[in-house]
Amino acid sequence: MRSGEKIARRTFFRVSAVAAAAAGVFGSGCLVERRRWRAFSEAEARLVDDISERIIPSDSDPGGRFAGVVDFIDRQLDGPYERYAASYHDGLPRLARTAEAVHSAPWEKLSDWQQTELLARLEKGDVPEGIWEQGQAREFFALLCEHCLQGYYGPPRHGGNRDYVSYRMLGLDYPQIVGRNQRA
Amino acid sequence: MALPRVNAIVVGAGAAGGVVAKELATAGLSVVLLERGRWQSFQDHDHDELTSQRTSVLGSAFGPDDRRWRRVVRQGERWVQVLPSESAYQNNAACVGGGTFSYGAMAWRFMPQDFRLRTLYGDIPGSTLADWPISYDDLEPYYEKVEWEIGVSGSDEGNPFAPPRKRERPMPPKPYTAEGRLLYAAGLRLGLHPFPIPMLRNTVPYAGRQACVSCRYCVGFACEVGAKCGTHNTVIPVALASGNCELRTGCVAARVVTDQRGRATGVEYFDPEDRSQFQAADLVVLSASATETPRLMLNSKCKLFPAGLGNRNDWVGRNLQGHAYCGAYGLFERELYDDVGPGACISSMDFNHGNPGHIGGGILVNEFIRLPYLFTGIRPPGAARWGLEHKQFQRDWYKRSMGVKSAVQELPTFESRVEVDPEVKDYWGLPVARISGARHPRDRETGDFMTRQAERWLLEAGAIRTWRSLPGLGVSGGQHQAGTCRMGADPATSVVNQYGQVHDIDNLFVVDGSTQVNNGGFNPVLTIMAVAYRSAEYIARQWNGTRFRS
Repeated sequence: MRSGEKIARRTFFRVSAVAAAAAGVFGSGCLVERRRWRAFSEAEARLVDDISERIIPSDSDPGGRFAGVVDFIDRQLDGPYERYAASYHDGLPRLARTAEAVHSAPWEKLSDWQQTELLARLEKGDVPEGIWEQGQAREFFALLCEHCLQGYYGPPRHGGNRDYVSYRMLGLDYPQIVGRNQRA
Repeated sequence: MALPRVNAIVVGAGAAGGVVAKELATAGLSVVLLERGRWQSFQDHDHDELTSQRTSVLGSAFGPDDRRWRRVVRQGERWVQVLPSESAYQNNAACVGGGTFSYGAMAWRFMPQDFRLRTLYGDIPGSTLADWPISYDDLEPYYEKVEWEIGVSGSDEGNPFAPPRKRERPMPPKPYTAEGRLLYAAGLRLGLHPFPIPMLRNTVPYAGRQACVSCRYCVGFACEVGAKCGTHNTVIPVALASGNCELRTGCVAARVVTDQRGRATGVEYFDPEDRSQFQAADLVVLSASATETPRLMLNSKCKLFPAGLGNRNDWVGRNLQGHAYCGAYGLFERELYDDVGPGACISSMDFNHGNPGHIGGGILVNEFIRLPYLFTGIRPPGAARWGLEHKQFQRDWYKRSMGVKSAVQELPTFESRVEVDPEVKDYWGLPVARISGARHPRDRETGDFMTRQAERWLLEAGAIRTWRSLPGLGVSGGQHQAGTCRMGADPATSVVNQYGQVHDIDNLFVVDGSTQVNNGGFNPVLTIMAVAYRSAEYIARQWNGTRFRS
């Protein structure tokens, strides 16, 4: 778990995010659209959704995308994880730029395998010069990874683990009905 | 606004404070019990793993909150501010019942040896190891009191190392789970003496509350059916029913006030509306935990006590101990998971003492049920933290793994300590606790030895793969925080006497884990409660003599 708090260095990005949010509210013909996200912009949410699917990929059991990990993170950033919001607003564009620098293509054009490789590079801190501060890539990846695991394995009440997908995968009956599903 | 004077103020309604409040109130003293947290119920948090005491990432279910509380912790070369929901904070709890509302509830008596470590092991360089001023025999009747008044289940059958007792526990142990049965047979084959873990948990209806229903969620959670026995559902209700105790929740003690003669006159605190209040009393008992009690004493400095209360010799906040937790995990071919909580059920005291070349040792126990998120952190060295490999491990081994852990006795060191931070203040403007120091290097050697015993036990039980986890060398403390206001006969090397009376303030008492000279190789709560009964008896007896009016 991380300790301490980081100060956002790229406040301009947050300003643009607010502007984007305002545009969403006063969209076409001044009809008030419902924004789906509390902390993320649409683009950020898409990116995090992709990342969650790489952290916990689908196989015979659904992965991070189905579980709604992005919903979990978005909800927490507007709650107990407010202190990490700046790290996301700052780290996600850097991650996008890392994809461009390594593959000369935007993140969403990369294959699953390339995305996984890119995250592995972040995890190791093996990233191109000039995009990240010292140690920042590793720190950001660790944060992402931990939050994805929490969203996938934590209880659904926090926005993730849709349909108890991770409990089902582990073979845990939910809700636990004492005496009925114990094999003592 | 002056509040009507009372006989005693007890700060903290946890393991010790609940006991003291009950003992004093039933002895006829008027008591105000101050608690910073609130009454809680199971429904407040349900079975939410992400706010449970073990993995409180989204906030500490049982308090305190991230908004108003901070601590500063030494990490490497830096002082880092941490929140209660972060593990480095070493949060215990802030609610009525304190840690006993959500604990794992292991109910160990320390062994006679644990009170005489210095005599047994001699002078250890770099450690302030000392004997207790009291013996096991002095404490034995109070252990019995805890077992019957709070409620303990267990049996010493098959355990030749069990400390002597005059009376059986009131409740039998639960049967072993699938893990327990496997370990029991393996333990016997190895020549160990496995036996059921004693627990502060009803196994039969007891004291008006029902028996445990063996749910999956126990350690770190409130009990859904009230079968876990804490101070919130035993002694505190008795204290309130006596008519002599007023429990004030949401109240944060700021400092103990002393007069020109150096006696405690009462406690200043912030009420739930953040108004400063002063409660006058004939005597004050601090039961706020081994971190918050020394903080309160250091924050109470005044002209007469410029270094803080009881701190004439710089011993307040020293000797912070927890346990050098370590153990081993094993993977098995067949499924072990039977969904029977709490999970931890079997133990061995074969290695608490008498380990050649080691000082002390620790209890061996099988692990509580690992919940899904917690299990993501249980991996052999080098395993993937994420991706398909992570998912496969989680799926393949969740029900086919088991842990055996040890709470290794730590050697107390003078530099392992709680201070108050010179700059950082909490929401009420009070200097926060600051924690620093490191474990003694010998703890790691003992830990290494214990992990090998744990691993051996798992292998004998049929583990196809095992790995060991050694204790860290970093800051001590944690859930089992203790030792920061040591009891002793000599005021030069201790803070309180054997009854928790502060050496130079005769109407100020410390009654909680702070006063323990060492922390044993066991979860300490039964000892904290037993010492609380003994201290409270002394206070009530003194009260009937002098009324603490000099």
